[in-house]
Amino acid sequence: MALATRIVAPKTAKKGDVVEIKTLINHVMETGFRRDNMGRAVPRDIITKMRCTYAGEEVFAMDMFTGIAANPFVVFTTVATETGTLVFEWTDMKGEVTRAEATLTVT
Amino acid sequence: MLLLAPCAAASAQDRGIPAEDIKSGKAFVSRETQEQQDDLTDNPGMLWVERGGELWKEPAGPEGKSCASCHGAPESMKGVAPRYPLVDEKLGRLVNLETRIQACVAQHQQALVPPYESQELLALTSLVAHQSRGLPMSVKIDGSAAPFFAQGDKLFHEKQGHLDLSCAQCHVENWGKRLRTETLSQGYANGFPAYRLEWQTLGSSHRRLRACFQGVRAEPFAAGSPEFIALELYLAWRGQGLAIETPAVRR
Repeated sequence: MALATRIVAPKTAKKGDVVEIKTLINHVMETGFRRDNMGRAVPRDIITKMRCTYAGEEVFAMDMFTGIAANPFVVFTTVATETGTLVFEWTDMKGEVTRAEATLTVT
Repeated sequence: MLLLAPCAAASAQDRGIPAEDIKSGKAFVSRETQEQQDDLTDNPGMLWVERGGELWKEPAGPEGKSCASCHGAPESMKGVAPRYPLVDEKLGRLVNLETRIQACVAQHQQALVPPYESQELLALTSLVAHQSRGLPMSVKIDGSAAPFFAQGDKLFHEKQGHLDLSCAQCHVENWGKRLRTETLSQGYANGFPAYRLEWQTLGSSHRRLRACFQGVRAEPFAAGSPEFIALELYLAWRGQGLAIETPAVRR
């Protein structure tokens, strides 16, 4: 499922720098606890996992549950070690994966 | 003095709020929400602006024209949003940004018109309005716009619904006070389409108006209806001079 994502990460960093990475994904995060105006339960639809790898190594991962608001905004930091690709993956409860990438050049 | 003014309704006194007290809806939300609005990387409304940027370049209709084919880059739309709603002389009616985009798709692209409040129309409207972020609202209320302005004025001051309340009773006479847990704003709609935390999504100003109508237990007009567009014009005039904040983040 191609969902809109936004990644804000520095393009370049010095080796050893702590870099801040901001991520935003467009997702309803429907809890499954709500009912529509006809009284029918609105089916649950949430992202359950988010993961980020940097040059192939996992640097951030989190599980998401029904308490996370729509359009999850997640900020984390990592240490710039080598030039490589940051790969972001969000997996929803049906197992569909949305992917985004950013390149970090380390000097 | 009122007699000398070309349009009595345009006198600043009629806003009911002294000019120095005019505040955007932003002033009535928490500091965290204000920061979320200002920081465009954190602002969830930017997802729609970016989606709008993609739609802008997407060809549609028999001639395969996109918005960009006629208008060029979205940046060319800078300064457009503050003038809306305005009277389109060719269409002979008042149009807001949403209905203007719909008319443009119908006439020039001859493509399927995105329905009011659809994600596509919200995205395109956000994109266009966002180009004017920081510019002051400056709608025209005289000439051919005068009857629509009068209609909006009437709607704003008319008591409605089971609670028998007018817009003015909350947003002019009691702004800044609490209505249950909420602080009443002055109601200018200068940040729409806006991301509302309550909705957990981005919505049009008409969706917001609908919420107000339901709040006083009145039957709301349809989104995109002439009544709501006239009211939108009146609200824009009340907030004349306030900066466009699209996409704003509101409670």
